[in-house]
This record gives sequence, structure tokens and C-alpha cells, in this order.
Amino acid sequence: MRIRQHISQTLSCVTDWLQLPKQLRQQGILGMNQRNHSFISRYNDRAKYPLVDDKLKTKLIAEQAGATVPELIGVIESQVHVRKIHQMVENWPGFVIKPAQGSGGKGILVVTSHKEGCYTKPSGAVVSRQDVERHITNTLAGLFSLGGKNDVAVVENLIEFDESYADFSYEGVPDIRVIVFHGYPVMAMMRCSTASSDGKANLHQGAVGVGLDIATGRAVRAVQFDHPITQHPDTLCPLDQLEIPDWEQLLVLAASAWEMTGLGYIGTDMVIDKSRGPMVLELNARPGLAIQTANGAGLLPRLQTIEALRQQGAIHHSPEERVALCRELFAN
Amino acid sequence: MINRLPFYLLITALVLIGTAFSLYRHAVYGVPWLPGEQRQQWEVEARIEFIANGDPAKVTMAIPGDQSNFILTDESSSSQGYGVALLDDGHQRRAEWSTRSAKDQQLIYYKARFLVDASAQHKVLAPTEPTPQFFEDVRQTAALSILEDALERSADNPTLARELVRQLNDPQNQNAALLLNSMNREEALVSLLSMEKIPARTVATLTLEDGRRRQSVQPWVQVWDDHKERWQLFNPQTGTEGKPDNLLIWSYEYQSLLDVIGGRQSDVSFSMIAQDISPETATREKITAEDLLNFSIHSLPVEEQAMFKTIMLIPVGALLVVFLRIIVGLKTSGTFMPVLIAVAFVQTELAPGIIGFLLIVGTGLMIRSYLSHLNLLLVARISAVIIAVIMIISVFTVIAYRVGLLEGLSITFFPMIILSWTIERMSILWEEEGAKEVFVQGGGSLFTAVLVYLAMTSELIRHLTFNFVGLQLIILALILLLGNYTGYRLSELRRFRHLAKPSQD
Repeated sequence: MRIRQHISQTLSCVTDWLQLPKQLRQQGILGMNQRNHSFISRYNDRAKYPLVDDKLKTKLIAEQAGATVPELIGVIESQVHVRKIHQMVENWPGFVIKPAQGSGGKGILVVTSHKEGCYTKPSGAVVSRQDVERHITNTLAGLFSLGGKNDVAVVENLIEFDESYADFSYEGVPDIRVIVFHGYPVMAMMRCSTASSDGKANLHQGAVGVGLDIATGRAVRAVQFDHPITQHPDTLCPLDQLEIPDWEQLLVLAASAWEMTGLGYIGTDMVIDKSRGPMVLELNARPGLAIQTANGAGLLPRLQTIEALRQQGAIHHSPEERVALCRELFAN
Repeated sequence: MINRLPFYLLITALVLIGTAFSLYRHAVYGVPWLPGEQRQQWEVEARIEFIANGDPAKVTMAIPGDQSNFILTDESSSSQGYGVALLDDGHQRRAEWSTRSAKDQQLIYYKARFLVDASAQHKVLAPTEPTPQFFEDVRQTAALSILEDALERSADNPTLARELVRQLNDPQNQNAALLLNSMNREEALVSLLSMEKIPARTVATLTLEDGRRRQSVQPWVQVWDDHKERWQLFNPQTGTEGKPDNLLIWSYEYQSLLDVIGGRQSDVSFSMIAQDISPETATREKITAEDLLNFSIHSLPVEEQAMFKTIMLIPVGALLVVFLRIIVGLKTSGTFMPVLIAVAFVQTELAPGIIGFLLIVGTGLMIRSYLSHLNLLLVARISAVIIAVIMIISVFTVIAYRVGLLEGLSITFFPMIILSWTIERMSILWEEEGAKEVFVQGGGSLFTAVLVYLAMTSELIRHLTFNFVGLQLIILALILLLGNYTGYRLSELRRFRHLAKPSQD
């Protein structure tokens, strides 16, 4: 009898799995193969990748387009200039060093305050002048860069993030990722770092993803490690309370990435500065799929809506127009 | 939308051409679809190299004939500017190449084909009684003592030989050690037997293994069994008795395998390859071999064919990797690193290969973690890892040899540069994403490598890829089709399973 029970259990398990592709397709979940084949390689022109893979270039084109970006303190391009970092940051209370061609948040050193050669990180840990220099040397050697290429170190002003979401994130600035398809913001989420993600905002490392309603900027649902949660695991802050201020301004900024780069399928990563409002941190020509889990919805229907719009010849020239349309189309 | 019609036409064309080529080879050349054992045929090629002095040159090489388990079906030689003669004195066949003048590097190929046939018969001539050979003073005493001991424990010629081999291989035996100081095991064995007037001789043998290149002959000893009226074969190194099915006796005269007059630095090496051709179609193939359509890899010299046997397997490995990544969604470290590791596994065998891989990568990671403290520039660091890998490989090889693990010697087959990059990538992964991701990707790579190894060593797949080159086009078509797959990966079904029924969340 027990064996029969086992067999029927296994069978139902197998049939459940066989049902999965169909169910996911009904939900419009975008898979990795389809993302690469039907969106990235179809709509993203390879020649324009350097614009987004190099954060320094991204910064320049974003500034030209009138978008707000963190202020540039300086760039260190070669080993002989590494020691200039101390003089460079002298008059800036806090700063961030990042590799221009880094990916996935690798190699970002945040210093919140410094005094006489002692640099304090957000966690409170103090590092020495040599540690900072070594970090820049590693950056220049390409330790943090795609394919280990030689790189430059970009030094930026520290973002003063709004105290009102201090509780949504643990050690680290929460950032907002918006998927922009041909200039239309189709899906958004906030990524909040946790103790298990070690201050990093990568969902597969354990950061919390909070899906955001395109219409309102309010939380839809939150996940950690692909499982729905209701409160931040470390700060215990209820995540459904999250609401992004200046939502329209932020979406318009995200949507303007289309004008900046001409890349069809792109992820815009932004942060909100206390005094200067939403700022573009970086652009990503290969944005991940975890945003679907955070929103509990698939990207495909939204992408197909935009594809259909474009086929019908609908033209929305300004980012404001496109944002207004999307807030109507993709409201939860 | 892009028009996909040309794409599907291309796929169809590839499949059709591939199928047509394969059918042609099956129908016209009679190559069987499945590897059949009784139709196996070996093609063995000897490659003679020497530097000619500029005078007339004469090259003589012992060549094999029919013997138990093998029938010589065809032989040919390729040597530009040389006259060839095949000589047979009743005991040993020889091939003789001669030329009026030869200069610089000379190359002569001799190719023989053997049909594997368990019922092969050959004429055995009874040998004449040998003249006893004697050793000088101390060694003679040692030899007599070994003989006396062996005679006591034996009944006839083969058992005596077996006893002698056992004593010669006994590291504790001081008499044997004394003899082996001045001569090889096989020489000692033949001499000892001659003292008892038992005919014995050292023969040059080849162990036939498919796709082996640059092999040299191994000495075995034949001892005359006067009761059964036949030669009994011994391996003087290991004491193995009897003739293995895949052992080919190339020459009955080990010493005079190759004689070169008018040249120096002469050397002979052997390549071998197994083919599956039925004897009745073998003749037909010879006739059609001349036609133009036969520009297949089978018209190449055996050495190059043996190389292609491995090369033709790589597309199968690539197909597996494409499948595992696009359909299954397995994470590996480096896209085609597993294929290269699998090629190394083919040389090392599976278990020593896996142990070797883990040892090298594990030790390499430890050394790399020290290097990361030194704060080096990238290129210097990778070069340091390469040298570390080479040292790890040497150390493990020496240890394995000392301990007596001969399997350990095959560790040198690993591609060192690829392994160094693997170590570097895994080490960065460890620092950035933690140990778990290293095990996920390392395990994925190893799993893929084992699967590819299993595919590459499968008798059926080896047979098909080598004998039906048309299949490569079909593999290409399959890979192109997979490149067009936009469905979910198996790993994504797991990843997004909570999204399937949002109402139940």
C-alpha cells in the first residue's frame, strides 16, 4: 500500500512539473533563453554596449542628456596616480570608488567619512591609506572588471540617501531597477541589501527585492531568495509600507535612458538622493530576470504590449509621454 | 519580424546532406551502422625516420605476418625515391628500402592491415636447440643458483620460465639483482633458458589500442613449449603469461627490428587505428578507393586518422554542453572547459582523472589564495598560477610514481593553461560569491565533463562519429536549432515555480 502511495505521489509530482512550462507561459514569465534571443540580441546593438559597460561613459552621456548623476570627484587612470586619491578626496566628506567597467556591484568601496588617513566604511570598519590604495591598484589591474580587462577607478561623491528608507535596507543604499523597453518603463523593483547579502544589492546573494507598481511606486510584494516575505529580515520593517516619492520624476529619468543609449532592452539602476532627488547610477544591457519574482508577474505580456504598440506605429517622443502611457497600461 | 525561412532551409539542407553522406558510406563502402566485433580490422602504421648521410641508403625493417588472432590482409609502403622489396626467410619477414642517394631528413611509411580472427592459423616451425650462453664468474654462480631454485619448483618449460620471471621480478632476490645489473630482464630470461637448452627469444610487440600514436615496440619473451609444440609468450616486466588478444607480435627479432645503412639517428614509431569493415567489402573498398568522392579522412595516413578520431568527438561534447546550458541551465565554470577536461579524462581514465582534477584544482586554489594576499597585477598572477599548476602536476606525478601508482602518471594529460584559468576564475568566484557558488559551478563543470567523457568513450559514438563524417553536419544542425530555442530552462522551472500559481501564494 505504501509503495502505491509513493508511486502516486511521485506521479503527481511529475505531472505538476510537466504542467509548469505551460503555467509559466500563461503567466508570461520571461526565460533566460528568450531574453537573450528575442530581446537582448534583437534590440540591443552590440556597438552601443561600451556606453553602458563603462560607467564613466554612462555618466557622461547621462549628464549630456540632462539626467542627474552622482557628482564626479575624479578619475584615476594609471598606477602612478594611485597616491593622488588622498589629495583628491580631501574636501569631500564621503566618497565612493568604483571600477568603470565593473559588474554586479563588484569592487565598490564606500567611505562615509575620513580623517587623517583613516577611512571609515558604512559598517563602521576603518581602513588605512594603504588599503584604499590597494583597492585602486586592484581596480586598475581589472580584478573587478568584465573579462579581467584593465580598468580605471571612478571616484564619486557619496549619495546621501533619504533617512525615510533607512529601515528598508541593512548596510547599503537601496537602489531602484527599472526595465526600460524602447524607452517605455515596463517593470520596477527596489533592491534592499540584507545581512546575508553582505551589503550588496544582488537578489541572488540574498538581497530583498520589492516589486513596485508602475502606476504608483508602491510596493506590490517582496521576496528574498525567490520566497515571498512581508518584512525586512534584519530591520523587521514592514515592506508593504514602501512608497517611492517623486515616482513620476524617477520613471521619466529611467525612460530617458532610451534617448541616451539607443539600446532597446535595458535596466536602469537609480538611487534617490536626499537633496538632489533620483539619480542614475548605472545602466545594464543584460538586466536579470529576478524582477519578475519580486513583482510576482511576468515581463512578457508587457514587452509584447510595447512591441504591438510600435508595430501599430505609435510614436511617443518624450519620456513624459511614455511614462504616462505606461502608468496607465501597467497599473497593478 | 525576421524571416526565418532561410534558417530552416539551411537546417534541412544540413540534415539532408549529412544523412546522404552517411547512407552513401553505409551502402557503397559497407561500413556497418553499429560497431561489430567480428568485423574489426586494425591498421598499423610504422613511421621510419632517419637522417641520411648523402650516400646510398638501405633501410631494413622486420615486418609482421599472420599470427594467432590476426590475419595480415594488406600491406603497403610509402617512400619517395626508394625501391622496396619484401623478403621472407621462413622465420622473419623483412621489408627493404633502398636508394642511390639520400640526404637530410628521410621518412618512410609502412602500413599493414590485420583482420581480427580468433580462428587464425599460422605455421609454426620447431626451433633448433640453442647453444647455452654463459655468464662471467660471479654472475654465472648467481645464474646457476637462480636456475637450480627454479628447476626445483617447475615441471616443464613454461613453468620453468614462469618461475624465472618471478625470481627476476623479486626485488629481494640478490642473485637476480646481480644479473639485472648488466642486462635486461628479457635478455637474462633468454640466457637462463638457453643454459637448460630451452629455445626462447625476445620478440617486439605492440599493444593495439584504438587511436594510439607514436608508440614504440615492447619486448616480450617467447618460450618453446615442447609438449604442446608451440611458443608460449611471457611479459618479462610483469610476469603476465599468454598472449593478450590485442597484442600484435611485430617482429620475432627484437634486436634487429630496424637496420639503417647510410643514415643516422634512425627511429621507428607506430600508430594504430581500429576500423569496422567486413572482409568481403574490404576488397570492394580497395577498388573504389581511387574514385574522387573518397576525399574522406579515411584516405589520410593512419597517424592523422588517429588524431581525427579524437577531434571528431569534440562536436559531440559541444552538443552536450549546448544542451546542458540551454535546455537544463546547468552552471559551469567556463563554457567549453568541461570538454577539454573530458578529453583529458579520455587519456587518464575516469577515476584517476577525477582525482587528479580535484587534486590540481584544490591545491591550486590554496596557492591562489596566498597569491591574492600578495596584491599582484592580473597577468603576473595568472602566470604564477600556471607555474604553480605545473609544479603541482610534477609533484603529484613523482609521488604517484614513488608510491607505485602508475595511474597517477597520466595526470600530465591535463591542459595546464585551461586549468590555471579555471583556478583563477573559481578563486575570484570564491571571494565574491562565496564557497557555495564555487561548488555549484565546479560541480557543474565536473558533472558535464563526466557526461562528455561517457559520450566520448562510448564505443557506438566513437564508431559513428569517425566512420560517418556526415553526422557532423547533423550535429551542427542540432546545435543551430538549439541556438533558436526560447523556451524555459529546467533550472528556471525550479526558480520560477512559485510564480506558476500566484493565487496560492
